[in-house]
Amino acid sequence: MEERPFSDISYKQYLNEEKLMGSRCKKCGALFLPPRSICIKCHGSDMEWVEMKGKGKLVAFTCITVGPPFMIEEGYDRAHPYCSGVAELEEGVKIVARIEGVDTTKPETIKIGTPLTVRYLHRGEAENMKTYLAFSV
Amino acid sequence: MQRKRKLGRGVAVVGAGMSKFGMFKDKDSKDLFVEAFNEMLSSVDKGADPNDIDALYLGNFTNDFWVHSAHWGPVISDLIGLTPKPATRTEGACASSALAFREGVFAIASGFYDVVLVSGVEEMSKRSTEEVTEGLAMATSSYEAEVGFTFPGVFGAVATAYFEKYGATREHLMNVTIKSHNNARLNPKAQFNLSIRDTMNSKIARAEKRGEPVPTWRDEKEFLRDPKANPVVAWPMHLYDCCPISDGAACMLLVAEEMAKSFTDNPLYVVGIGQGSGRALHAADDNTCFEATRYAAKEAYDMSGLKPEDIQFAEVHDCFSIAEIIHPEDLGFFKPGEGYKAVEQGLTRLDGPKPINTSGGLKCKGHPVGATGVAQLFEVWEQLRGEAGERQVPIKDLRIGAAHNLGGTGGTCSFTILERR
Repeated sequence: MEERPFSDISYKQYLNEEKLMGSRCKKCGALFLPPRSICIKCHGSDMEWVEMKGKGKLVAFTCITVGPPFMIEEGYDRAHPYCSGVAELEEGVKIVARIEGVDTTKPETIKIGTPLTVRYLHRGEAENMKTYLAFSV
Repeated sequence: MQRKRKLGRGVAVVGAGMSKFGMFKDKDSKDLFVEAFNEMLSSVDKGADPNDIDALYLGNFTNDFWVHSAHWGPVISDLIGLTPKPATRTEGACASSALAFREGVFAIASGFYDVVLVSGVEEMSKRSTEEVTEGLAMATSSYEAEVGFTFPGVFGAVATAYFEKYGATREHLMNVTIKSHNNARLNPKAQFNLSIRDTMNSKIARAEKRGEPVPTWRDEKEFLRDPKANPVVAWPMHLYDCCPISDGAACMLLVAEEMAKSFTDNPLYVVGIGQGSGRALHAADDNTCFEATRYAAKEAYDMSGLKPEDIQFAEVHDCFSIAEIIHPEDLGFFKPGEGYKAVEQGLTRLDGPKPINTSGGLKCKGHPVGATGVAQLFEVWEQLRGEAGERQVPIKDLRIGAAHNLGGTGGTCSFTILERR
Protein backbone atom coordinates (compact mmCIF):
# COMPACT_ATOMS: atom_id res chain seq x y z
CA MET A 1 0.00 0.00 0.00
CA GLU A 2 1.21 3.50 -0.81
CA GLU A 3 2.85 5.59 1.89
CA ARG A 4 0.46 8.23 3.11
CA PRO A 5 0.88 9.73 6.58
CA PHE A 6 -1.41 8.21 9.20
CA SER A 7 -3.41 11.43 9.58
CA ASP A 8 -6.94 12.82 9.46
CA ILE A 9 -6.08 14.38 6.08
CA SER A 10 -5.17 10.99 4.62
CA TYR A 11 -8.28 9.45 6.19
CA LYS A 12 -10.46 12.04 4.45
CA GLN A 13 -8.63 11.60 1.13
CA TYR A 14 -9.36 7.89 1.32
CA LEU A 15 -13.03 8.60 2.07
CA ASN A 16 -13.13 10.69 -1.12
CA GLU A 17 -11.80 7.58 -2.91
CA GLU A 18 -14.50 5.45 -1.21
CA LYS A 19 -12.06 3.58 0.97
CA LEU A 20 -12.50 3.25 4.73
CA MET A 21 -8.94 3.06 6.00
CA GLY A 22 -7.57 2.49 9.48
CA SER A 23 -4.09 1.93 10.86
CA ARG A 24 -2.61 -1.08 12.63
CA CYS A 25 0.33 -1.04 15.02
CA LYS A 26 3.01 -3.35 13.65
CA LYS A 27 4.38 -3.86 17.16
CA CYS A 28 1.28 -4.89 19.12
CA GLY A 29 -1.33 -5.37 16.39
CA ALA A 30 -3.85 -2.83 17.76
CA LEU A 31 -6.22 -1.53 15.08
CA PHE A 32 -7.41 2.10 14.91
CA LEU A 33 -10.15 3.83 12.96
CA PRO A 34 -9.74 6.69 12.10
CA PRO A 35 -6.02 5.99 11.73
CA ARG A 36 -3.60 6.99 14.48
CA SER A 37 0.09 7.62 13.99
CA ILE A 38 0.89 6.71 17.61
CA CYS A 39 -0.44 3.47 19.07
CA ILE A 40 -2.40 4.27 22.25
CA LYS A 41 -1.94 0.69 23.51
CA CYS A 42 1.87 0.38 23.34
CA HIS A 43 2.98 3.86 22.20
CA GLY A 44 4.63 2.32 19.15
CA SER A 45 4.73 4.47 16.02
CA ASP A 46 5.33 1.91 13.28
CA MET A 47 1.95 1.67 11.56
CA GLU A 48 0.46 0.07 8.47
CA TRP A 49 -2.73 0.88 6.56
CA VAL A 50 -5.65 -1.53 6.78
CA GLU A 51 -8.76 -1.29 4.61
CA MET A 52 -12.03 -2.02 6.40
CA LYS A 53 -14.57 -4.29 4.72
CA GLY A 54 -17.31 -1.79 5.53
CA LYS A 55 -19.64 -4.20 7.32
CA GLY A 56 -20.80 -3.83 10.88
CA LYS A 57 -23.72 -3.24 13.24
CA LEU A 58 -25.39 -0.31 14.95
CA VAL A 59 -24.38 0.11 18.62
CA ALA A 60 -25.74 3.61 19.44
CA PHE A 61 -27.70 6.26 17.56
CA THR A 62 -29.73 9.44 17.72
CA CYS A 63 -32.24 11.16 15.44
CA ILE A 64 -31.55 14.88 15.44
CA THR A 65 -34.18 17.56 14.79
CA VAL A 66 -32.02 20.59 15.71
CA GLY A 67 -28.80 20.28 13.73
CA PRO A 68 -25.82 22.48 13.00
CA PRO A 69 -25.98 24.92 10.02
CA PHE A 70 -24.39 22.52 7.49
CA MET A 71 -27.04 19.90 8.18
CA ILE A 72 -29.83 22.50 7.99
CA GLU A 73 -28.44 23.46 4.58
CA GLU A 74 -28.84 19.83 3.52
CA GLY A 75 -32.56 20.19 4.26
CA TYR A 76 -32.80 18.61 7.71
CA ASP A 77 -35.07 20.23 10.30
CA ARG A 78 -37.64 19.47 12.99
CA ALA A 79 -39.92 17.76 10.47
CA HIS A 80 -37.03 15.98 8.72
CA PRO A 81 -34.60 14.62 11.31
CA TYR A 82 -31.37 12.86 10.41
CA CYS A 83 -29.73 9.91 12.13
CA SER A 84 -26.15 9.85 13.40
CA GLY A 85 -24.77 6.80 15.12
CA VAL A 86 -21.93 4.58 16.20
CA ALA A 87 -21.15 1.54 14.03
CA GLU A 88 -19.11 -1.39 15.30
CA LEU A 89 -17.29 -2.98 12.38
CA GLU A 90 -16.55 -6.66 11.83
CA GLU A 91 -12.88 -5.81 12.41
CA GLY A 92 -13.80 -4.87 16.02
CA VAL A 93 -13.35 -1.08 15.84
CA LYS A 94 -16.11 1.52 16.22
CA ILE A 95 -16.69 4.61 14.10
CA VAL A 96 -19.22 7.48 14.14
CA ALA A 97 -21.20 8.01 10.94
CA ARG A 98 -24.45 9.19 9.40
CA ILE A 99 -27.00 6.35 9.40
CA GLU A 100 -29.11 6.04 6.24
CA GLY A 101 -32.16 4.03 5.35
CA VAL A 102 -33.91 4.31 8.72
CA ASP A 103 -37.22 6.07 9.47
CA THR A 104 -35.96 9.03 11.49
CA THR A 105 -39.50 10.17 12.25
CA LYS A 106 -40.08 6.83 14.03
CA PRO A 107 -36.83 6.42 15.97
CA GLU A 108 -38.41 3.84 18.27
CA THR A 109 -38.38 1.45 15.27
CA ILE A 110 -34.57 1.68 14.90
CA LYS A 111 -32.88 -1.25 16.61
CA ILE A 112 -29.43 -1.53 18.15
CA GLY A 113 -27.62 -4.44 16.51
CA THR A 114 -29.04 -3.76 13.01
CA PRO A 115 -26.49 -4.84 10.31
CA LEU A 116 -24.89 -1.93 8.45
CA THR A 117 -22.99 -1.43 5.20
CA VAL A 118 -20.69 1.50 4.48
CA ARG A 119 -21.73 4.33 2.11
CA TYR A 120 -19.94 7.48 1.07
CA LEU A 121 -21.83 10.78 0.81
CA HIS A 122 -19.93 13.10 -1.53
CA ARG A 123 -20.53 16.84 -1.39
CA GLY A 124 -18.88 19.40 -3.72
CA GLU A 125 -16.63 18.74 -6.72
CA ALA A 126 -12.95 18.09 -7.50
CA GLU A 127 -10.59 19.65 -4.93
CA ASN A 128 -13.58 20.99 -2.98
CA MET A 129 -15.05 17.53 -2.62
CA LYS A 130 -15.86 16.47 0.91
CA THR A 131 -17.05 13.00 1.82
CA TYR A 132 -19.17 12.13 4.83
CA LEU A 133 -18.99 8.61 6.14
CA ALA A 134 -22.35 6.89 6.29
CA PHE A 135 -23.72 3.43 6.89
CA SER A 136 -27.00 2.15 5.55
CA VAL A 137 -29.19 -0.58 6.98
CA MET B 1 0.41 3.74 38.30
CA GLN B 2 -1.72 6.52 39.73
CA ARG B 3 -0.21 7.34 43.12
CA LYS B 4 -2.17 8.91 45.97
CA ARG B 5 -2.41 12.68 45.45
CA LYS B 6 -1.96 15.29 48.14
CA LEU B 7 -1.83 19.07 48.35
CA GLY B 8 1.41 20.78 49.41
CA ARG B 9 -0.67 22.71 51.95
CA GLY B 10 -4.38 22.77 52.69
CA VAL B 11 -6.79 25.04 50.84
CA ALA B 12 -10.09 26.43 52.16
CA VAL B 13 -13.12 28.11 50.58
CA VAL B 14 -14.08 31.23 52.54
CA GLY B 15 -16.52 32.96 50.22
CA ALA B 16 -18.81 32.17 47.29
CA GLY B 17 -21.21 34.00 45.03
CA MET B 18 -23.40 33.25 42.05
CA SER B 19 -25.44 35.46 39.75
CA LYS B 20 -28.98 34.51 38.96
CA PHE B 21 -28.95 32.15 35.97
CA GLY B 22 -31.21 32.76 33.00
CA MET B 23 -31.50 34.36 29.57
CA PHE B 24 -30.88 38.07 30.05
CA LYS B 25 -31.46 40.65 27.32
CA ASP B 26 -30.29 43.47 29.57
CA LYS B 27 -27.19 41.89 31.18
CA ASP B 28 -23.91 40.75 29.66
CA SER B 29 -20.93 38.72 30.92
CA LYS B 30 -19.51 41.67 32.87
CA ASP B 31 -22.79 42.50 34.61
CA LEU B 32 -23.28 38.89 35.63
CA PHE B 33 -19.72 38.62 36.90
CA VAL B 34 -20.12 41.75 39.03
CA GLU B 35 -23.30 40.26 40.50
CA ALA B 36 -21.46 37.06 41.48
CA PHE B 37 -18.36 38.90 42.73
CA ASN B 38 -20.30 41.30 44.96
CA GLU B 39 -22.24 38.41 46.46
CA MET B 40 -18.99 36.51 47.04
CA LEU B 41 -17.48 39.50 48.89
CA SER B 42 -20.51 39.92 51.11
CA SER B 43 -20.50 36.17 51.86
CA VAL B 44 -17.11 36.35 53.60
CA ASP B 45 -18.22 36.42 57.24
CA LYS B 46 -15.35 38.53 58.57
CA GLY B 47 -14.88 40.49 55.35
CA ALA B 48 -12.38 40.28 52.51
CA ASP B 49 -10.34 43.05 50.91
CA PRO B 50 -10.14 42.70 47.10
CA ASN B 51 -6.60 44.12 47.36
CA ASP B 52 -5.55 40.90 49.11
CA ILE B 53 -6.45 38.75 46.10
CA ASP B 54 -3.20 37.48 44.55
CA ALA B 55 -4.57 36.11 41.28
CA LEU B 56 -7.69 35.39 39.26
CA TYR B 57 -8.56 32.15 37.45
CA LEU B 58 -11.52 32.43 35.09
CA GLY B 59 -13.30 29.52 33.41
CA ASN B 60 -14.89 30.49 30.10
CA PHE B 61 -15.67 28.13 27.24
CA THR B 62 -16.24 30.33 24.28
CA ASN B 63 -17.02 33.99 24.53
CA ASP B 64 -14.78 33.84 21.43
CA PHE B 65 -17.63 32.31 19.45
CA TRP B 66 -20.77 33.52 21.18
CA VAL B 67 -19.69 37.07 22.07
CA HIS B 68 -16.98 37.38 19.38
CA SER B 69 -14.49 38.47 22.00
CA ALA B 70 -11.69 36.34 23.44
CA HIS B 71 -9.06 36.73 26.16
CA TRP B 72 -11.46 37.33 29.05
CA GLY B 73 -8.99 36.87 31.93
CA PRO B 74 -7.74 40.47 31.93
CA VAL B 75 -11.19 41.83 30.97
CA ILE B 76 -12.63 40.44 34.21
CA SER B 77 -9.52 41.30 36.22
CA ASP B 78 -9.86 44.94 35.17
CA LEU B 79 -13.64 44.88 35.69
CA ILE B 80 -13.27 44.14 39.40
CA GLY B 81 -10.11 46.16 39.98
CA LEU B 82 -7.54 43.40 40.25
CA THR B 83 -5.09 44.50 37.54
CA PRO B 84 -2.10 44.26 37.39
CA LYS B 85 -2.55 41.00 39.34
CA PRO B 86 -2.34 37.98 37.03
CA ALA B 87 -5.48 36.64 35.36
CA THR B 88 -5.59 33.22 33.70
CA ARG B 89 -8.43 31.84 31.64
CA THR B 90 -9.05 28.10 31.70
CA GLU B 91 -10.94 26.24 28.98
CA GLY B 92 -12.31 22.72 29.35
CA ALA B 93 -15.63 23.15 27.51
CA CYS B 94 -18.45 22.76 30.07
CA ALA B 95 -15.84 21.97 32.76
CA SER B 96 -13.95 25.23 32.21
CA SER B 97 -14.48 26.65 35.68
CA ALA B 98 -13.83 23.36 37.49
CA LEU B 99 -10.38 23.73 35.95
CA ALA B 100 -10.17 27.33 37.21
CA PHE B 101 -11.03 26.07 40.71
CA ARG B 102 -8.40 23.34 40.43
CA GLU B 103 -5.68 25.67 39.19
CA GLY B 104 -6.51 28.05 42.04
CA VAL B 105 -6.20 25.21 44.54
CA PHE B 106 -2.82 24.19 43.10
CA ALA B 107 -1.56 27.78 43.12
CA ILE B 108 -2.25 28.06 46.86
CA ALA B 109 -1.17 24.49 47.67
CA SER B 110 2.18 25.15 46.04
CA GLY B 111 2.75 28.07 48.38
CA PHE B 112 2.96 30.57 45.54
CA TYR B 113 -0.25 32.47 46.38
CA ASP B 114 -2.30 32.82 49.58
CA VAL B 115 -5.61 34.26 48.31
CA VAL B 116 -7.06 33.39 44.92
CA LEU B 117 -10.33 34.21 43.17
CA VAL B 118 -11.66 31.30 41.08
CA SER B 119 -14.59 31.89 38.80
CA GLY B 120 -16.51 31.19 35.64
CA VAL B 121 -18.70 33.11 33.22
CA GLU B 122 -20.64 32.42 30.04
CA GLU B 123 -23.09 34.39 27.94
CA MET B 124 -25.09 32.32 25.45
CA SER B 125 -28.61 33.65 25.08
CA LYS B 126 -27.96 36.46 22.61
CA ARG B 127 -27.30 33.87 19.88
CA SER B 128 -29.86 31.80 17.99
CA THR B 129 -30.46 28.19 19.05
CA GLU B 130 -28.63 27.06 15.88
CA GLU B 131 -25.59 29.20 16.72
CA VAL B 132 -25.50 27.95 20.31
CA THR B 133 -25.77 24.38 18.99
CA GLU B 134 -22.90 25.04 16.60
CA GLY B 135 -20.78 26.60 19.36
CA LEU B 136 -21.35 23.68 21.72
CA ALA B 137 -20.63 21.20 18.93
CA MET B 138 -17.15 22.76 18.75
CA ALA B 139 -16.46 20.81 21.95
CA THR B 140 -17.44 17.43 20.50
CA SER B 141 -14.70 15.56 18.63
CA SER B 142 -14.26 16.63 15.02
CA TYR B 143 -15.24 13.13 13.89
CA GLU B 144 -18.55 13.45 15.72
CA ALA B 145 -19.26 16.98 14.50
CA GLU B 146 -18.60 16.05 10.86
CA VAL B 147 -21.27 13.38 10.79
CA GLY B 148 -23.83 15.73 12.33
CA PHE B 149 -23.58 14.93 16.03
CA THR B 150 -24.73 17.73 18.29
CA PHE B 151 -24.33 17.73 22.08
CA PRO B 152 -27.84 16.42 22.68
CA GLY B 153 -27.10 13.96 19.86
CA VAL B 154 -24.06 12.48 21.60
CA PHE B 155 -26.00 12.02 24.83
CA GLY B 156 -28.96 10.67 22.84
CA ALA B 157 -26.65 8.01 21.39
CA VAL B 158 -25.26 7.25 24.86
CA ALA B 159 -28.86 6.85 26.07
CA THR B 160 -29.69 4.30 23.35
CA ALA B 161 -26.59 2.27 24.27
CA TYR B 162 -27.52 2.48 27.99
CA PHE B 163 -31.15 1.48 27.32
CA GLU B 164 -29.97 -1.52 25.30
CA LYS B 165 -27.48 -2.70 27.92
CA TYR B 166 -29.53 -2.17 31.07
CA GLY B 167 -33.17 -2.15 30.01
CA ALA B 168 -33.95 1.45 31.00
CA THR B 169 -36.50 3.45 28.99
CA ARG B 170 -37.59 7.05 28.37
CA GLU B 171 -39.91 6.72 31.36
CA HIS B 172 -36.83 6.48 33.59
CA LEU B 173 -35.40 9.66 32.10
CA MET B 174 -38.67 11.40 33.00
CA ASN B 175 -38.09 10.57 36.68
CA VAL B 176 -34.88 12.61 36.52
CA THR B 177 -36.61 15.58 34.88
CA ILE B 178 -39.47 15.63 37.40
CA LYS B 179 -37.04 15.46 40.35
CA SER B 180 -34.80 18.22 38.93
CA HIS B 181 -37.75 20.57 38.50
CA ASN B 182 -38.99 19.83 42.04
CA ASN B 183 -35.59 20.88 43.43
CA ALA B 184 -35.21 23.95 41.21
CA ARG B 185 -38.63 25.15 42.38
CA LEU B 186 -36.92 25.82 45.72
CA ASN B 187 -33.93 27.63 44.20
CA PRO B 188 -34.53 31.35 43.65
CA LYS B 189 -31.46 31.60 41.39
CA ALA B 190 -32.56 28.81 39.06
CA GLN B 191 -33.49 29.58 35.47
CA PHE B 192 -36.61 27.39 35.73
CA ASN B 193 -37.87 27.47 39.29
CA LEU B 194 -41.08 25.69 38.40
CA SER B 195 -42.05 22.08 38.95
CA ILE B 196 -43.35 20.14 35.94
CA ARG B 197 -46.78 20.35 37.60
CA ASP B 198 -46.44 24.17 37.82
CA THR B 199 -45.49 24.25 34.13
CA MET B 200 -48.50 22.12 33.19
CA ASN B 201 -50.83 24.36 35.22
CA SER B 202 -49.50 27.52 33.60
CA LYS B 203 -49.90 26.04 30.10
CA ILE B 204 -53.47 25.00 30.95
CA ALA B 205 -54.24 28.46 32.32
CA ARG B 206 -52.83 30.09 29.20
CA ALA B 207 -54.89 27.86 26.89
CA GLU B 208 -58.04 28.65 28.87
CA LYS B 209 -57.32 32.38 28.73
CA ARG B 210 -56.78 32.30 24.97
CA GLY B 211 -59.81 30.09 24.36
CA GLU B 212 -57.60 27.36 22.89
CA PRO B 213 -58.15 23.60 23.39
CA VAL B 214 -57.23 22.87 27.02
CA PRO B 215 -54.69 20.05 27.45
CA THR B 216 -55.86 17.10 29.53
CA TRP B 217 -52.62 15.62 30.88
CA ARG B 218 -53.36 13.28 33.79
CA ASP B 219 -49.91 13.51 35.33
CA GLU B 220 -46.36 14.75 34.75
CA LYS B 221 -45.37 11.75 32.66
CA GLU B 222 -48.31 12.20 30.33
CA PHE B 223 -47.21 15.80 29.84
CA LEU B 224 -43.64 14.65 29.12
CA ARG B 225 -44.91 12.01 26.65
CA ASP B 226 -46.88 14.68 24.72
CA PRO B 227 -44.78 15.49 21.62
CA LYS B 228 -46.33 18.96 21.39
CA ALA B 229 -45.36 19.83 24.96
CA ASN B 230 -42.05 17.96 24.87
CA PRO B 231 -40.72 17.67 21.29
CA VAL B 232 -37.72 15.61 20.21
CA VAL B 233 -34.36 17.40 20.10
CA ALA B 234 -32.08 14.42 19.49
CA TRP B 235 -33.95 11.19 20.11
CA PRO B 236 -34.35 9.93 22.80
CA MET B 237 -33.45 13.36 24.21
CA HIS B 238 -36.53 15.58 24.24
CA LEU B 239 -36.80 19.23 25.20
CA TYR B 240 -37.29 18.43 28.90
CA ASP B 241 -34.25 16.11 28.89
CA CYS B 242 -31.95 18.99 27.92
CA CYS B 243 -30.35 21.79 29.90
CA PRO B 244 -31.31 25.25 28.64
CA ILE B 245 -29.30 28.02 27.00
CA SER B 246 -28.14 30.22 29.88
CA ASP B 247 -26.16 33.24 30.96
CA GLY B 248 -24.46 33.39 34.33
CA ALA B 249 -21.38 33.74 36.49
CA ALA B 250 -20.05 32.28 39.74
CA CYS B 251 -16.99 32.83 41.89
CA MET B 252 -15.28 31.57 45.03
CA LEU B 253 -12.54 32.88 47.27
CA LEU B 254 -9.84 30.34 48.10
CA VAL B 255 -7.24 30.88 50.81
CA ALA B 256 -4.44 28.90 52.43
CA GLU B 257 -5.91 26.69 55.15
CA GLU B 258 -3.97 28.34 57.97
CA MET B 259 -5.52 31.73 57.08
CA ALA B 260 -9.10 30.51 56.74
CA LYS B 261 -10.29 31.38 60.23
CA SER B 262 -9.34 35.03 59.76
CA PHE B 263 -12.00 35.16 57.02
CA THR B 264 -14.74 33.02 58.57
CA ASP B 265 -15.43 30.65 61.43
CA ASN B 266 -17.19 28.37 58.96
CA PRO B 267 -14.82 27.63 56.04
CA LEU B 268 -14.97 24.57 53.81
CA TYR B 269 -11.88 22.52 53.11
CA VAL B 270 -10.82 21.00 49.79
CA VAL B 271 -10.29 17.35 50.78
CA GLY B 272 -10.45 15.65 47.38
CA ILE B 273 -9.84 16.93 43.88
CA GLY B 274 -9.59 14.83 40.73
CA GLN B 275 -9.54 15.34 37.01
CA GLY B 276 -9.52 12.94 34.07
CA SER B 277 -9.66 13.04 30.31
CA GLY B 278 -11.67 10.84 28.00
CA ARG B 279 -12.13 9.86 24.38
CA ALA B 280 -14.77 10.40 21.73
CA LEU B 281 -17.71 8.02 21.22
CA HIS B 282 -15.98 5.80 18.65
CA ALA B 283 -12.78 5.43 20.70
CA ALA B 284 -14.40 4.84 24.10
CA ASP B 285 -14.46 1.18 25.09
CA ASP B 286 -17.95 1.53 26.58
CA ASN B 287 -20.58 4.08 25.54
CA THR B 288 -22.60 3.64 28.75
CA CYS B 289 -20.08 5.30 31.09
CA PHE B 290 -17.41 8.00 31.14
CA GLU B 291 -13.83 6.87 31.72
CA ALA B 292 -12.70 10.40 32.64
CA THR B 293 -15.24 10.62 35.47
CA ARG B 294 -14.09 7.28 36.89
CA TYR B 295 -10.46 8.42 36.83
CA ALA B 296 -11.27 11.80 38.42
CA ALA B 297 -13.36 10.12 41.12
CA LYS B 298 -10.63 7.62 41.99
CA GLU B 299 -8.10 10.44 42.29
CA ALA B 300 -10.38 12.43 44.59
CA TYR B 301 -11.43 9.45 46.72
CA ASP B 302 -7.84 8.25 47.13
CA MET B 303 -6.65 11.73 48.08
CA SER B 304 -9.42 12.21 50.67
CA GLY B 305 -9.50 8.70 52.06
CA LEU B 306 -13.27 8.90 51.56
CA LYS B 307 -15.53 6.38 49.84
CA PRO B 308 -18.58 6.99 47.64
CA GLU B 309 -20.87 6.22 50.61
CA ASP B 310 -19.21 9.03 52.60
CA ILE B 311 -20.40 11.67 50.09
CA GLN B 312 -23.63 12.90 51.68
CA PHE B 313 -24.93 14.77 48.61
CA ALA B 314 -23.56 15.80 45.23
CA GLU B 315 -24.04 18.03 42.26
CA VAL B 316 -23.42 16.05 39.07
CA HIS B 317 -23.17 17.26 35.49
CA ASP B 318 -26.74 16.61 34.25
CA CYS B 319 -26.42 18.40 30.91
CA PHE B 320 -28.99 15.81 29.76
CA SER B 321 -31.27 13.56 31.83
CA ILE B 322 -29.34 10.40 30.90
CA ALA B 323 -26.18 11.99 32.31
CA GLU B 324 -27.72 12.20 35.79
CA ILE B 325 -28.30 8.44 35.61
CA ILE B 326 -24.78 7.56 34.41
CA HIS B 327 -22.59 9.92 36.50
CA PRO B 328 -23.71 8.62 39.92
CA GLU B 329 -22.76 5.15 38.67
CA ASP B 330 -19.32 6.35 37.52
CA LEU B 331 -18.86 8.11 40.88
CA GLY B 332 -19.57 4.84 42.69
CA PHE B 333 -22.84 5.95 44.33
CA PHE B 334 -24.69 3.15 42.56
CA LYS B 335 -23.54 0.09 40.61
CA PRO B 336 -23.41 0.29 36.79
CA GLY B 337 -26.93 -0.21 35.47
CA GLU B 338 -28.50 0.69 38.85
CA GLY B 339 -28.56 4.49 38.43
CA TYR B 340 -31.97 4.62 36.77
CA LYS B 341 -33.46 2.39 39.47
CA ALA B 342 -32.04 4.63 42.20
CA VAL B 343 -33.81 7.65 40.68
CA GLU B 344 -37.04 5.66 40.31
CA GLN B 345 -36.86 4.62 43.98
CA GLY B 346 -36.41 8.25 45.05
CA LEU B 347 -32.93 7.69 46.50
CA THR B 348 -31.62 10.87 44.84
CA ARG B 349 -34.47 13.15 45.90
CA LEU B 350 -33.83 16.09 48.20
CA ASP B 351 -35.19 14.03 51.11
CA GLY B 352 -33.59 10.77 49.94
CA PRO B 353 -30.45 9.09 51.31
CA LYS B 354 -28.23 10.45 48.48
CA PRO B 355 -29.58 13.79 47.26
CA ILE B 356 -28.34 14.61 43.75
CA ASN B 357 -28.53 18.06 42.19
CA THR B 358 -30.34 19.81 45.00
CA SER B 359 -29.89 23.06 43.05
CA GLY B 360 -32.08 21.73 40.24
CA GLY B 361 -28.94 20.80 38.32
CA LEU B 362 -27.87 22.09 34.96
CA LYS B 363 -31.28 21.05 33.64
CA CYS B 364 -33.21 23.58 35.73
CA LYS B 365 -30.74 25.85 37.48
CA GLY B 366 -29.29 26.59 34.03
CA HIS B 367 -25.99 25.82 32.32
CA PRO B 368 -23.93 28.85 31.33
CA VAL B 369 -21.20 26.39 30.43
CA GLY B 370 -18.06 28.20 31.62
CA ALA B 371 -19.71 29.14 34.94
CA THR B 372 -21.13 25.73 35.78
CA GLY B 373 -18.16 24.13 37.58
CA VAL B 374 -17.90 26.86 40.21
CA ALA B 375 -21.69 27.23 40.34
CA GLN B 376 -21.99 23.55 41.30
CA LEU B 377 -19.51 24.14 44.11
CA PHE B 378 -21.54 27.19 45.12
CA GLU B 379 -24.46 24.82 45.81
CA VAL B 380 -22.16 22.58 47.88
CA TRP B 381 -21.05 25.71 49.79
CA GLU B 382 -24.63 26.77 50.58
CA GLN B 383 -25.68 23.26 51.61
CA LEU B 384 -22.67 22.56 53.84
CA ARG B 385 -23.05 25.93 55.58
CA GLY B 386 -26.77 25.38 56.11
CA GLU B 387 -27.67 28.34 53.91
CA ALA B 388 -29.72 26.58 51.23
CA GLY B 389 -33.07 27.76 52.57
CA GLU B 390 -36.08 25.71 51.48
CA ARG B 391 -33.92 23.21 49.60
CA GLN B 392 -31.59 22.52 52.53
CA VAL B 393 -30.68 18.83 52.58
CA PRO B 394 -32.43 17.43 55.68
CA ILE B 395 -29.51 15.14 56.66
CA LYS B 396 -28.25 15.76 60.22
CA ASP B 397 -24.61 16.81 60.56
CA LEU B 398 -24.08 17.60 56.90
CA ARG B 399 -20.30 17.65 56.50
CA ILE B 400 -19.24 16.29 53.11
CA GLY B 401 -20.50 17.30 49.68
CA ALA B 402 -19.08 16.99 46.19
CA ALA B 403 -19.41 18.30 42.65
CA HIS B 404 -18.82 16.50 39.37
CA ASN B 405 -18.28 18.60 36.25
CA LEU B 406 -18.02 17.21 32.71
CA GLY B 407 -16.68 18.99 29.65
CA GLY B 408 -17.39 18.16 26.05
CA THR B 409 -18.64 14.66 25.49
CA GLY B 410 -16.69 13.39 28.47
CA GLY B 411 -13.33 14.77 27.33
CA THR B 412 -12.68 16.62 30.60
CA CYS B 413 -14.18 15.52 33.91
CA SER B 414 -13.51 16.71 37.42
CA PHE B 415 -14.67 15.65 40.87
CA THR B 416 -14.21 17.88 43.90
CA ILE B 417 -15.01 16.98 47.52
CA LEU B 418 -15.51 19.73 50.10
CA GLU B 419 -15.69 19.20 53.87
CA ARG B 420 -17.01 21.29 56.75
CA ARG B 421 -15.09 20.54 59.92
